Amino acid sequence: MKRILLIAAVVALYALHQDFWFWRTAHPLVFGFVPIGLFYQACYSVAAALLLWLLVKFAWPSHLERELQGDSPDEEMPR
Amino acid sequence: MIPAIFVFLYLAIVLYIGIFAFRRAKGKEEAEDYFLASRSLGPFVFLFSLFGTNMTAFAILGSSGHAFSNGIVTFGLMASSSGLVIPLSLFFIGTRVWALGKRYGFMTPVQMFRDRWECGHIGTAIFVVQAVLLVPYIIIGIMGGGTTLNAISSGVVPYWFGGAIVAMVVMSYVFFGGMRGTAWVNTFQTVLFLLFGAVALIVIGVGMGGFRNAAQTMASSPALAPLLTRERISPLYFFSYTFIPLSAIAFPHILIFCLTARKMVQFKKTVIFYPLCILAIWLPCVFLGVMANRVTDVPQIKAKQEARRVLATQGKTMAPEARDELREKAASDDIIMLLLQRYAPLWLAGLLGAGIMAAVMASDSQILALSTMFTEDVFAFYGGKRRFGEKVQVQTGRIFIVLITMFAYAVALRAPETIFELAIQYAFSGYAALSPLLVAALFWRGSTKWGALATTIWVAVAVIAVAIFQHLVPAPAPGPATLVWSLGGAEVLTRTPGGTAVFGFMPVVPMVIVSAILMYVVSLLTRKPSETTIAKYFWK
Repeated sequence: MKRILLIAAVVALYALHQDFWFWRTAHPLVFGFVPIGLFYQACYSVAAALLLWLLVKFAWPSHLERELQGDSPDEEMPR
Repeated sequence: MIPAIFVFLYLAIVLYIGIFAFRRAKGKEEAEDYFLASRSLGPFVFLFSLFGTNMTAFAILGSSGHAFSNGIVTFGLMASSSGLVIPLSLFFIGTRVWALGKRYGFMTPVQMFRDRWECGHIGTAIFVVQAVLLVPYIIIGIMGGGTTLNAISSGVVPYWFGGAIVAMVVMSYVFFGGMRGTAWVNTFQTVLFLLFGAVALIVIGVGMGGFRNAAQTMASSPALAPLLTRERISPLYFFSYTFIPLSAIAFPHILIFCLTARKMVQFKKTVIFYPLCILAIWLPCVFLGVMANRVTDVPQIKAKQEARRVLATQGKTMAPEARDELREKAASDDIIMLLLQRYAPLWLAGLLGAGIMAAVMASDSQILALSTMFTEDVFAFYGGKRRFGEKVQVQTGRIFIVLITMFAYAVALRAPETIFELAIQYAFSGYAALSPLLVAALFWRGSTKWGALATTIWVAVAVIAVAIFQHLVPAPAPGPATLVWSLGGAEVLTRTPGGTAVFGFMPVVPMVIVSAILMYVVSLLTRKPSETTIAKYFWK
């Protein structure tokens, strides 16, 4: 369930980049000078950071680390 | 001349950092230490150097220039989409590549591909495509250095000398410091970037008497109001741009950087803070670029606006050469420097000039990556390391750094900059279309070397085809695109003022999709690597 929710969050955020609802308007000017389209995309960057925080917290590929701990590679480096 | 003094001071600092890193290496002549800093970078240096490596001159100069001409859309096109796609690719692909590198000792992507798909010469083909797509970045870095130093010194430092100084400084700290020196310099540069955005915004904002009046005047002007919206950009074009950041993880210098982290946990802070770092640098630069349209007392800015106006109103009736000349006049990569010259005190303009130089000098990691790739994928693979030893391998890498820098400088003196700007456009699409190689290698047991070869050949052919097409069909004036091929009423291929469109999308979209399809179909039809090899990559 957690996995499905995280995948849905990634797909949803990717789709939300296409904010056609602010396509043709500059108003409202947030703080009196930031066009709404630019403000939205700035908030989008913050949302991306939050999503990555969620992924790190709930979907970190710790098995990759675990495998390496105490791992003594017997493979010769391919050259 | 005062700003130029600050820039020279900055150059001296980065040179010192490189030499300090050389001393820190204590005479070690191991390839892993020189090319990967012994896989030992800590969390702060890893985040900042990885971010700095991916920020080229375009982050400061190009973003504000693009925003001056195209408006706020620049941020959505190039910054916010990168803020999602790049950290996601680092999260899913970067961590796996790091773990495999740590486990099997890989130092380049091609080493991993050769092992994963049990191939030799197909890896060499991938190396060739990667190297050819990387060289224009190195050349444009030196060109940017010459141009910027010339502009900052108000013409006192000629272009050839500025380019030579930048080439020498970059070459020296990469030569001596290897990956450790490059990472430290990139960290220092990223700190400068981050300071630059905030300080430039405050200084120019105060100088303009605040942004409120400027923004409201623009919003009420029929000519300028579209710059505060995205009405001049098609949604399909906007969507296409989300494919471009796929290139980041496929760039050899970024993937090689992923191998330098001491622990995998260092990716955590990097992926979380990456979108915020992009925001901190791009938002001020894009906003200032847009606001520059309200500056009325800088003749150079007025001249650019006039060229843009003539191009828009009379461009259709002009000869292609006259249109290109006007485009050159309307080019606005120096817009942030013009704003600083107008509004910042001289000493501050110098300090900020150093920030701009930091952005321009991003070619260091590409030079090092190319050297790593050459020594590992060619020299070592074809027996050089076995025959001459590791010390000679590192020396070969250093000689390669000198040669590639000299070659880039020689080309930078002779060739027009626009050619390489175009080449970089193609390179972004090319690397994005190479990203299915990584996905298939790491996540699909069924992928094969023949699928990889088909994808690589497709990328090379597609990049060349787009370049030839854009050379043969001149760019139209701003406005409707030139229709080249339609099918059943659908516009298949069009030449747009800024490039090419396939079914309304930028070429990167079909390039990535076809790459992925080729990888899938050809792999299905061909023999897979041995189970032993597959087990090495899917151990859990």
